[in-house]
Amino acid sequence: MTARVGVVVFPGSNCEHDVVEALGSLGAEAELLWHGDTGLAGVDALVLPGGFAHGDYLRPGAIARFSPIMSAVTDFAAAGGPVIGICNGFQVLTEAGLLPGALQKNAGARFLCTTVDVVVESTESALTCAAQLGDVLRLPINHFEGNYTCSPEVLAELQAEDRIVLRYATNPNGSVDDIAGVCSAGRNVVGLMPHPERACDPLLGSDDGRVLLGSLVATASVEPALSLRRHPA
Amino acid sequence: MRFPVLVEVRLRPGIADPAGATIQRALPALGFDGVQEVRVGKAIRFTVEAADEAAARRQVDELCSRLLANPVIEDTAVTVG
Repeated sequence: MTARVGVVVFPGSNCEHDVVEALGSLGAEAELLWHGDTGLAGVDALVLPGGFAHGDYLRPGAIARFSPIMSAVTDFAAAGGPVIGICNGFQVLTEAGLLPGALQKNAGARFLCTTVDVVVESTESALTCAAQLGDVLRLPINHFEGNYTCSPEVLAELQAEDRIVLRYATNPNGSVDDIAGVCSAGRNVVGLMPHPERACDPLLGSDDGRVLLGSLVATASVEPALSLRRHPA
Repeated sequence: MRFPVLVEVRLRPGIADPAGATIQRALPALGFDGVQEVRVGKAIRFTVEAADEAAARRQVDELCSRLLANPVIEDTAVTVG
């Protein structure tokens, strides 16, 4: 079946059309969902795209987590539905408590706009199931608050449960344990700072993002509860 | 009664503060030597309606933990009245 993927638009999101375009090129049917909606229109997967939701006021993601659609997003995630947060979307997912930890200001106090190598560290997640362990992906990053941090206890849990799905080959922002992306205990919710949607066509300098968004499309095309749940969420 | 509130949102000890470090590095150029431990935070002021100061403080503590601060990286100092 053709996977239907909802891309959530908050006031201030600015990567939603890139995500829709990339998903469309991967054979999915992508549609925009407004943050003020309370339903998800029956989609098979969700992407929270990058940008500056609600102007990043107070903290990135702090206001977005209270957007009306977030209750449905939380229920969808709890039911095992695949949810990907890219950059600002990752920040929203941590603020909403759907992923552990937080994204603090980059070490070095610089806004980073560059391309980095990202290593696939786990293939058991909604974002990496079509990749090979150890794959090195060239992906753009574009953030000021991308320095992943969490308590030592949470870090130990993420490591023990193989939930660090992506690491930077060379750490650009100070993230603990070189973390570029993590997943939930149920492995269906994944957040990452790099932008796979901007690396889905050779014209853009890299199409390494296709394997990640392709994983999401593949996950969304089958029953998520069967394909992903290794541990109960 | 209406109580004025000041919430100071601070990065927790041990959380990197690149903005504070940048300010600290700039100060010697202006002749301010010996300034250390610069930390940048936010000050948020508002008023709340509550029966008494203790009730106001309870309300403020809850809104701090639910919205104003992210407990993974921040803590708060609350002044009521």
